[in-house]
Amino acid sequence: MNTYDVMVIGSGFAGMAASLFAAKRGLSVAQAGGTGGIDFSTGFIDLMAVHPVAGQRVWEDPYAALAALRRDLPLHPYAHVTDDEIAAALGEFAAFLGDNGLCYTGRPGRNTLTLTSAGTVKPTYLLPCSAWGGVEALEAKAPTLLVDFHGLKGISARQIAEVRADWPELRTARVRFPGMGGELYPEHMAWSMADQARRIELAEAVRPLLGDARFVGFPAIFGMTDTMAVVRHMEELLGRRVFEIPTLPPSIAGPRLRAAFDRGLPVLGVRTYTQKLVSAAEVSDGLFHFTAGSGSTAVRIAARGAVLASGRFFGKGLKADRHAVREAVFDLPVSQPGKREDWHRAEFFDPRGHGINQAGLETDAALRPLGADGRPFHPRLHAAGAILAHQDWMRMKCGAGLAIATACKAVRDLNQNL
Amino acid sequence: MTTLHTRVLIIGAGATGAGLLRDLALRGVPALLIEQRDVNSGASGGNHGLLHSGARYVASDREAAMECREEGDILRRLAPQCIEDTGGLFVAVRGDDERYVADFPGLCAASSVPCRGLDLGTARAMEPSLSPDLVAAFAVQDGAVDPFMLSLDNIAQALSLGSSMRRNLAAQSMEVENGRIVRVLCRDITTGEDVRIEADLVLNAAGAWAARVASLAGARIGMLFSMGSLLITQDRIATRVINRLRKPSDADILVPGGTVSILGTTSIRVASPDGCRPSVAEADRIIDDARAMLPILERTRYIRAYAGVRPLVSLGPAGDDRAVSRGFALVDHAADGLENFITITGGKLTTYRLMAEKAADLACAKLGVAAPCRTRTEPLPASTLGQWTEPGKGPRTWVDSRTEDDLVLCECEMVSRGVIDSIIDESGAMRGRSMLKAIGMRSRVGKGPCQGGFCGQRVTGHLYDRGMVSGMQGLAELKTFTERRWRGFSPILWGVPLMQADLQEALYCGSMDLEFGPPPSTRDDEGACAPVAKEPA
Ligand SMILES: Cc1cc2nc3c(=O)[nH]c(=O)nc-3n(C[C@H](O)[C@H](O)[C@H](O)COP(=O)(O)OP(=O)(O)OC[C@H]3O[C@@H](n4cnc5c(N)ncnc54)[C@H](O)[C@@H]3O)c2cc1C
Ligand SMILES: Cc1cc2nc3c(=O)[nH]c(=O)nc-3n(C[C@H](O)[C@H](O)[C@H](O)COP(=O)(O)OP(=O)(O)OC[C@H]3O[C@@H](n4cnc5c(N)ncnc54)[C@H](O)[C@@H]3O)c2cc1C
Repeated sequence: MNTYDVMVIGSGFAGMAASLFAAKRGLSVAQAGGTGGIDFSTGFIDLMAVHPVAGQRVWEDPYAALAALRRDLPLHPYAHVTDDEIAAALGEFAAFLGDNGLCYTGRPGRNTLTLTSAGTVKPTYLLPCSAWGGVEALEAKAPTLLVDFHGLKGISARQIAEVRADWPELRTARVRFPGMGGELYPEHMAWSMADQARRIELAEAVRPLLGDARFVGFPAIFGMTDTMAVVRHMEELLGRRVFEIPTLPPSIAGPRLRAAFDRGLPVLGVRTYTQKLVSAAEVSDGLFHFTAGSGSTAVRIAARGAVLASGRFFGKGLKADRHAVREAVFDLPVSQPGKREDWHRAEFFDPRGHGINQAGLETDAALRPLGADGRPFHPRLHAAGAILAHQDWMRMKCGAGLAIATACKAVRDLNQNL
Repeated sequence: MTTLHTRVLIIGAGATGAGLLRDLALRGVPALLIEQRDVNSGASGGNHGLLHSGARYVASDREAAMECREEGDILRRLAPQCIEDTGGLFVAVRGDDERYVADFPGLCAASSVPCRGLDLGTARAMEPSLSPDLVAAFAVQDGAVDPFMLSLDNIAQALSLGSSMRRNLAAQSMEVENGRIVRVLCRDITTGEDVRIEADLVLNAAGAWAARVASLAGARIGMLFSMGSLLITQDRIATRVINRLRKPSDADILVPGGTVSILGTTSIRVASPDGCRPSVAEADRIIDDARAMLPILERTRYIRAYAGVRPLVSLGPAGDDRAVSRGFALVDHAADGLENFITITGGKLTTYRLMAEKAADLACAKLGVAAPCRTRTEPLPASTLGQWTEPGKGPRTWVDSRTEDDLVLCECEMVSRGVIDSIIDESGAMRGRSMLKAIGMRSRVGKGPCQGGFCGQRVTGHLYDRGMVSGMQGLAELKTFTERRWRGFSPILWGVPLMQADLQEALYCGSMDLEFGPPPSTRDDEGACAPVAKEPA
């Protein structure tokens, strides 16, 4: 049996980032994980935008927000990572995605407001390049045609136009997607867009509707692997700027991210066990011994160090019964509200957020989770991403950014101890 | 201001008001039924759905026990589409009061409530989830009733006979002249418009709100309010109704309904019928107590909680609300100097028909109508109004009559766009403040494991597409809908439901920033405890 330098537990943003960073630093990496936030995400990489959440203050400069956050909430996991480390981690992550066919962009040091499938706008930091035209159209309130499709239910162009009353020159049209009928799925549509003939047919359906539009927005369906080539081709065919809006998940954003990692990580030598969860973990002879998967397909993996990036409840890193929240792999202590009454607020949209969403792992400054005695559970076990306590990524708008930044920090500190 | 004229005005579209509308229509007296929110938005939509055999009341209230037995028989015979004739068990476990157990068969006999002793092996073979600590078991004739279908079928027949109904129309004040109510002033909740109704006779069937409605005419009814909470399990745990064989108390009944079971209930005195909601503490208390009878209740998955308020017409100082007679109250307000005003309240879902009959008898006496009651003998025709709430009905229709363009908007419960469209079309001008909520009430949208996270947004998109909502309104209604569903989810968020809540917040707040933007479209409906369609499943 091989002994790896690092076992990465989780294949969400934090797990993917940890594997990437560790492999790039020359470590041998095994990674196990199942479905998680990445499969449902919008593809936007948020860094930090809202603080304090109760006051709903939205920041244009994420680094200024981070400074305020570190001052006001010294236990927040971002308090353990410097601005420079964050910027470097995001840069490395985006470059990797770019190298693997997924172009990302953004404005250095500034959040960008982007359109969502609900018609709301949200601040984010890095966006798929295919969404950038939408940012420019929104900012200029330019004459824009928003197209949606008969049979595709995760997005309504008309809803977006209604909600965006501040954008009078936003028009909508619903067209038939060439060559497909009945209920449509973004992934099928994306694959079919690989065919140039399909793009020409689509452009022909849309061309008569263009009018004075300078931009044309579509649900995100422009190819799985080479989206920007499809976008450019559509721009050529239509003679207009073209952009994508992610549909309600599961959208194409998740599969695109997965595809980029599936392509890029093995090249870096990462051994991935997909759709396998770690079912047992032991420490002996200074090594971690993991069992991933169950039954006859279970595998045993030994590693000198580990990064726990198993997410929250939806990711399955945390589990709750009627009385308490537990960590699923090592049964690490979980910081949490005392009683279940305090887990959730009376109103779902309460701007203060729910108590349970700040629950998670306490760590030292090197992001090593603490054991029952208040000291690091193991000198070479680090944690990253949404499983960390004292953050609420949903309300603070720091989901993927926090995952990437803490993964980078965890790997760096682990590397010093190997 | 619009003025409506009617011979009889009925206030409140719960089971009682609906039954009254039908009873009068069958006697040749078409009436107007008004409802401040939606059909069954009061106790009739927030109850346990138990068709009582009467056995629960044999020790405390023999009259109620006999009424239940008789009415249960009538409903099983005349409204079979609304009843699941499951049969029921009464079971005691080690530690339960042995005296109560020993007296039970005799008390049943004294009330003519059929009851058959079972040996424990037979009982466990009938219901394998029963506790190994079982010490006694009896079989009774309990059943499950779909309260939503019951009300809608009553209303549908009455409408076919010339009666009418207005939803989202609230009675707000009354004008009394010379000992008569001459005008009832109402507000149209959809448009905010005032509507004046002139009627010869006013019937108050406002359930727990009946005292408030009576006070609009200056009449006083002493009323207590008792809130009860219930939990819905993901799977159906038992074939039959299972009652704890003890003095009626909390968490002692499990009622099956379609593919789920409903566990309850509690009894908490509340100051008003408005704003009730189930709590974490109640959910825990229900499970902690009921698992002695059915240990599986500790481990099973729950999908939602809900609550309703029992209107108990007070009979002087009372301790435990369950000891107050559930026998209903029929009040002729002639005694208060109001000749044309009747209140019918209290009672049970099981006895709704009897309550309607008695109230209609009195009404007809006042109107000089001699026609006798026909609901005791005539079948209740099944209508199409309530059909979408039936679990499985959506998918069947969708498969049968699917056009290529029909999409499944709610995947958990297989509700198609075509179904949503037919609800929108039926709803017409009485959409109320939230079309989405009205859809949630008439379909299974939002009732599946996704907790509304996906289907709520998809249906909202469709409402925009159809021009039913514009501007921020659709998002505001989506938030109202979400908050409404949240009341039921928040008490049971552990295990898988907590994962679902995590995903829903990731969607709504993490990726769509819906905690910003417009506030929910309405908060004033805090009163509706559980305006949920057929709660089973
Ligand atoms: C609907 C949705 C929308 C989102 N939108 C955005 C957005 O717009 N912008 C943004 O920045 N972020 C967004 N996110 C957040 C983002 O996708 C991540 O969820 C978040 O950054 C946390 O990442 P994570 O890797 O820590 O956890 P997760 O993404 O939850 O990943 C956890 C991983 O751990 C694995 N795992 C769990 N237990 C085990 C085990 N025992 N063994 C092995 N593996 C295990 C899981 O299978 C999963 O792969 C969204 C998330 C969701 C769900
Ligand atoms: C927790 C609980 C469990 C129960 N379990 C069972 C059971 O298992 N079996 C059983 O047989 N019975 C049960 N019951 C009792 C049963 O639910 C009620 O007795 C029955 O539903 C009452 O029906 P109703 O039509 O009289 O009142 P409601 O259903 O409350 O109807 C009154 C209606 O009047 C409307 N209204 C109020 N004010 C106005 C106004 N100003 N203008 C217009 N409309 C107005 C309200 O919105 C409401 O819809 C239970 C009750 C509760 C609370």
